[in-house]
Amino acid sequence: MPRKISLPFTNNTSMPQTDKGGERSSQSKGNRLSNFFSPSPRSSQQLSAQQALMAVHNGSTPSVTAPSLSLPTISLSTATAGEPNLDEPNTTLFQPPSSEEVSRKRRFDAQFGPLVHPSHRYVSKHHGEGLTAPVIDDPPYYFVLTTYISYLLLIALGHIRDFFGKRFSKKQMYNTLQAAGGYAPLTDDFDSFYVRRLKMRIDDCFARPIIGVPGRYMSLMDRVSDDFNASYRYTGTHTETLNVSSYNYLGFAQSEGPCADAVEECIRKYGVSFCSPRADAGTSDLVIEVEREIAAFVGKPAAMIFSMGFVTNASSFPALVSKGCLIISDELNHASIRIGARLSGAVIRSFRHNDMDDLESRLREAIAQGQPRTHRPWKKILVAVEGLYSMEGTMCDLPGILRLKEAYKFFLFVDEAHSVGALGPNGRGVCDYFGIDPARVDILMGTLTKSFGANGGYVAAEPHIIAKLKSTNASTLLGESPAPGVLMQIMASLKLITGELCPGQGEERLQRIAFNSRYLRLGLKRLGLIVYGHDDSPIIPVPLYHPGKMSAFSHEMLKRKISIVVVGYPATPLISSRARFCVSSAHNKDDMDRLLAACDEVGDILQLKFSTGIAGGQRIPEGVTPEDEAQWRKENGLERTFEAPRWPLEDVIAAGAVDCKSKLR
Amino acid sequence: MDFQEAQGRLLASFDEVSHVFHKVPGSAILSRYIQTSYQNDPVRSILEVFLVIFFIRYLLSPSYPTHGPNYVKLREEEIDELVQDWEPEPLVPRQTPFEEAEADKLPVIVGPTGPKSKLSNGKTVTNLASYNFYNFNANEQIKEKAIQTLRTYGVGPCGPPQFYGTQDVHMKTEADIAAYLGTQGCIVYAQAFSTISSVIPAFCKRGDIIIADKMVNYSIRKGLEISRSNIKWFNHNDMEDLERVMQKVVKEQAKKKLTRRFIVTEGLFEMVGDSVDLPKLVELKEKYKFRIVLDETWSFGVLGRTGRGLTEAQNVDSSQIDMIVGSLAGPLCAGGGFCCGTRDVVEHQRISAASYTFSAALPAMLAVTASETLNVLQSNPEILTQCRENIKTMRAQLDPRSDWVVCTSSPENPVMLLVLKPDVVRVRELTYEDQERILQECVEETLNNGVLVTRLKSLPTIQSIGAPRDETSNIQPALKVCITSGLSKKEIEKAGVVIRHAITKVMTRKPNRQASVA
Ligand SMILES: Cc1ncc(COP(=O)(O)O)c(C=O)c1O
Repeated sequence: MPRKISLPFTNNTSMPQTDKGGERSSQSKGNRLSNFFSPSPRSSQQLSAQQALMAVHNGSTPSVTAPSLSLPTISLSTATAGEPNLDEPNTTLFQPPSSEEVSRKRRFDAQFGPLVHPSHRYVSKHHGEGLTAPVIDDPPYYFVLTTYISYLLLIALGHIRDFFGKRFSKKQMYNTLQAAGGYAPLTDDFDSFYVRRLKMRIDDCFARPIIGVPGRYMSLMDRVSDDFNASYRYTGTHTETLNVSSYNYLGFAQSEGPCADAVEECIRKYGVSFCSPRADAGTSDLVIEVEREIAAFVGKPAAMIFSMGFVTNASSFPALVSKGCLIISDELNHASIRIGARLSGAVIRSFRHNDMDDLESRLREAIAQGQPRTHRPWKKILVAVEGLYSMEGTMCDLPGILRLKEAYKFFLFVDEAHSVGALGPNGRGVCDYFGIDPARVDILMGTLTKSFGANGGYVAAEPHIIAKLKSTNASTLLGESPAPGVLMQIMASLKLITGELCPGQGEERLQRIAFNSRYLRLGLKRLGLIVYGHDDSPIIPVPLYHPGKMSAFSHEMLKRKISIVVVGYPATPLISSRARFCVSSAHNKDDMDRLLAACDEVGDILQLKFSTGIAGGQRIPEGVTPEDEAQWRKENGLERTFEAPRWPLEDVIAAGAVDCKSKLR
Repeated sequence: MDFQEAQGRLLASFDEVSHVFHKVPGSAILSRYIQTSYQNDPVRSILEVFLVIFFIRYLLSPSYPTHGPNYVKLREEEIDELVQDWEPEPLVPRQTPFEEAEADKLPVIVGPTGPKSKLSNGKTVTNLASYNFYNFNANEQIKEKAIQTLRTYGVGPCGPPQFYGTQDVHMKTEADIAAYLGTQGCIVYAQAFSTISSVIPAFCKRGDIIIADKMVNYSIRKGLEISRSNIKWFNHNDMEDLERVMQKVVKEQAKKKLTRRFIVTEGLFEMVGDSVDLPKLVELKEKYKFRIVLDETWSFGVLGRTGRGLTEAQNVDSSQIDMIVGSLAGPLCAGGGFCCGTRDVVEHQRISAASYTFSAALPAMLAVTASETLNVLQSNPEILTQCRENIKTMRAQLDPRSDWVVCTSSPENPVMLLVLKPDVVRVRELTYEDQERILQECVEETLNNGVLVTRLKSLPTIQSIGAPRDETSNIQPALKVCITSGLSKKEIEKAGVVIRHAITKVMTRKPNRQASVA
């Protein structure tokens, strides 16, 4: 059974914000904005888009949940979960909100949840020296063995079906596998085997279409398949689920609020598109301003933006390295980095994920041996890593890499697709998180798709690098420029994060995601599930191992109205299929509790609770703080004894909010 | 005593082992074999023992050598020294003077783009550099629709299509495009520029054969590079040459396993502006059993009575083209690209096209805008007619009248590419760089007179690693003039005169001035 969803109304009394500007409807904001945007008045000559944006929104409420009800309504009737009962006799002290206002607030809260308690915040910041690799709990051998057996069975069955299908079946599917009419099959049956025989079985867990905003909640379009997932029939209904799957880290997927208002005005002024590559007639005042803002945000002197994050990588590497250069890339780097590296013509080597010793030995070997065959020294070496790995939830060991960088003089490229916005006390990515000067990283790349709720990517670096990239990068010369609405979304969300717009909102967003991430991670550990990744990462993968559990987990969660992402081979190693939670600032503690409750139940049903305690989650006696735990264990000779954590849900929820702020264990 | 005991134990365990050994089936044969071979030929036995040892070592060794054959073993101190001495080159080379000058002159548009655009220097110019052929960007109805979408879907979908990034509007746009072109299915990508670079490697693998036109654009070349297929080239739009290459391929492959074969070409060539003879291409394809990948980035929404592209213009059934790739970002004023084909073709891409699977979905408002503009185009084909009128008007001002340039674009292509006449190039012995410089001056001169045009940016295409390198595949620098229906005939005429005069002025300048500019 799904737990009760606490509706925003129950929280009204504990909501901290005062609604200074709450009454101002978005409409009136829009009008004021349009005054600034409209080309005719003289004043707009001086006002850049960004100034207009600032002028309108400053002075509005500091809380993200701004356009809430105009008065704090204290309900005497018991506020319960479920649809608000508006027919109830009037028992409130103040005027009840009009139904229109209620539905508007409900809509708003479905995109961005209200903060349950002001203490539910945390500053994302690295404490201590280097980055230690997270402790990985191994599953019992039994699970590994049965996982392999599952795959073996699936593969064997698949081959048997293929064997007979190709000979006796008339189905369309087999036609595409065989040469017909002189044409070779479109896909090799070996290449497509995995998709046909393994993925197809659980295909309904992927690519579920949604309607509306992928915010705190999102609505899935209900679909059924009558032919084992070969095709779907849409029933026309939809289900509202808790969204822990979108990369909506800072909760900017909203169709209301300051960002959307700004975007609306921007479209009114600029239209939908610039219809031209940057190098022809696609460079506008807007894009130049956004580039300046991004550069300032990530702490680099210059930046350029692209209309797609993938292409940012794919087209930047060829402009940086070429034949005679070496790229050393983390083995788990994103496909876009790998494609970019391949297109550059440089030699590519990889090192073990986040393993600094391995990186060092690769570097030593590369410099000592020079280029293959000729032994000429490499022209340059570029090390490419990601800030936060989207499948593992691990961060790159930036301090470690920079230590090596001093000794080995390589150039460093950091892809901050997932870390920008999501990490660091000011949301400025891994450098911010580790307190490192961004000038020490040569190229900071990131995407605007995730934390900013927009689209596209950026590259930030020294001005001469950006200038060269602008004049040689093919996607600037030939590809489309980012759309005006998208640019305004970037600008508005950036200004919100830095606090220049609606001061306080950005900070709330940053601290809420950090709290939610730690709270959920700690809770899952205490329930007895294994989690991957570093403590402050908003990406929390939970290994499931068995291929069958992927679909079971996904379905069980969907039953509880929670949408999650499951990933398996080939995106992960064969045996560590996993579910992945992406935490957002749009969530509040209630959402996290709902997720924990679901994981508790599903964890029991699917036998997922098999952590041993080495990765934390054990109980420690009162009076011992997490920081002193190591000391305490030593004194009592308990260093090697682990007790499997299996906390009851009530305890997890009761203790989590406080405990997640000290060292996670 | 200890020794005795140990010996006893040893013997006992030896007995045990031999006992177990004898129980293993086939062991008798083995022992008999060893005994006899030892008696007959001891040397052979030793050799066999070595072989067995070697075999075991081989089994246990890593599957490939970790170091190449010319690996030099160095001591740690030596490596330290090498590390100390190594000096990398700077990360990027300096901008060339030409690049620097060009970047300085890059026009910055203030406010919306349109037939008349305001630049950052305060001047309002006639914009003939945008792909805003039908001026949809100024259409209030389309803007309104985009805003409505924004208010229900937000901006970004915050995730790749396979992970909840697909919204119902994406499915609708896909269905709309498929219906428009009359194909079974359609898949929408988040960026037009990179679409075909992902479509090609999704189907073409190592060992497959691709025959491509020598003038294909940058994105196609990148797709070919990534695919690792066997690439052959044919002379630009030369169907006889294509047939010759196809015949050769068929002959070479006759005895081998049947592999996938593709022809890759463009509807309207980005680098030349002309179009391919599609009926002939389809005929050849069917004769030699190739599949066609047609890049309609520049012809979709442009050619044909209702803008359906090359298939409509040349009366070819769209189902005869295996993959049609197009753009929603140019004349349609939205964003993203698409690939149309049969259902299998489309569904295969959803999991194996890199820039679809590993990138966030298209913002909903851009998807809706594409649907909307397609709808407008379909119901008002006269927009296309008006644009074509304008193209004719502009052409009349330039191609026959100018002494210096010719237009290589096909008559209905709103992107008019003007290249220097072969005579001019020959007589003045102009290199690629010279031509680029001259055309850049023309762009600047035209802009000084209030008309914004641009230059074909062909350098990245030429520098592609896998590009064919011979005389017939030289891409000529060109001036790019993009026509729009948002201007009246008068205005187009006037702009045409400005462009023609600017070219003449630059071409008749004293050569020493030219040198000083460079
Ligand atoms: C590390 C990394 N780089 C680049 C990208 C591509 O970004 P976009 O989705 O904006 O194309 C992603 C997206 O998934 C990513 O994870």
